[in-house]
Amino acid sequence: MTERDKPVLSIDCRGVVELVTDYLEGGLPPQLTAEVEAHLALCDGCQSYLEQMRRTIDELGRVPVETLSPEAQQELVATFRTFRGVQRS
Amino acid sequence: MARDLRTNAPVPAPRMSVHVEDELLEKLRAGEDSVFAEIVRAWSPVMMRVARFHVSTEASAEEVVQETWLAVIRGLDAFEGRSTVRTWVFRILTNLAKTRGVREARTVPMATLSSGDEADGVVDPDRFRGPDDEWPGHWTSTGAPTSWPTPESSVLGAEVRDRVAAALSVLPERQRVVVTLRDVHGLDSDEVCSALQISPANQRVLLHRGRAQVRAQLEDYYRGREREPQP
Repeated sequence: MTERDKPVLSIDCRGVVELVTDYLEGGLPPQLTAEVEAHLALCDGCQSYLEQMRRTIDELGRVPVETLSPEAQQELVATFRTFRGVQRS
Repeated sequence: MARDLRTNAPVPAPRMSVHVEDELLEKLRAGEDSVFAEIVRAWSPVMMRVARFHVSTEASAEEVVQETWLAVIRGLDAFEGRSTVRTWVFRILTNLAKTRGVREARTVPMATLSSGDEADGVVDPDRFRGPDDEWPGHWTSTGAPTSWPTPESSVLGAEVRDRVAAALSVLPERQRVVVTLRDVHGLDSDEVCSALQISPANQRVLLHRGRAQVRAQLEDYYRGREREPQP
């Protein structure tokens, strides 16, 4: 069977969904990447799925985070000054 | 942009490279306190997350992060610069956090934690056509994802953010930690693997399953909004 005889969609949607993370990570072998892209070009549902996954990653980047209190941060900077000598320009 | 929970001040994402690395080390050694303050501000949130994975309380995690920065201040001259400053800081952090975790008897190796990664697919199988269909394994007409509206208002944006935070909080621990470090804090996969001491393949599986669940929650949210009568 030559390349041309292969069915157009060699991976089904169920398969694409499971490959999405590897695809976004750039971790798929070139042949599989090409197959995923061929599928995406023809499949609205999977295109939406991929787009939703990108939106999800985007939204995750906006989740609030915990950090050190401002006081603790100031204290560390004060310690830095003491240890490393104050640099005033 | 991420925000500090306590002050609601924007927190720069740690993925932002604060300075070119060699400049960074040079400036720190020269005692430039504003540069030190900047990396403390930029890296502490993700350091809290990594520490919290190894120790049992938030307070304990905070102490580990403070200890790490003190070790950085003391170690600046001895640091040979064979890795980036950031990698060096994270190595100190991981060591201190693990030591403390052992002392607190929070010895939970990744392998024994519930991973929630035993299930088959990340999407409900009913949304795909059955084996007897002309197109087996493809989306059914009602199962296919549709595009989401673009967030048009800040109110909606806040709702979405709450929904995402809630979805994240109910993930199995291993998935939650990996998704948080990768997508909330912007670490790359190598950094996550070394901070948590897991294999790249394992990291990818946890990321895949965790992200898929957050996506599903967002999809529920947007579908719910579609069903609401519009005024």
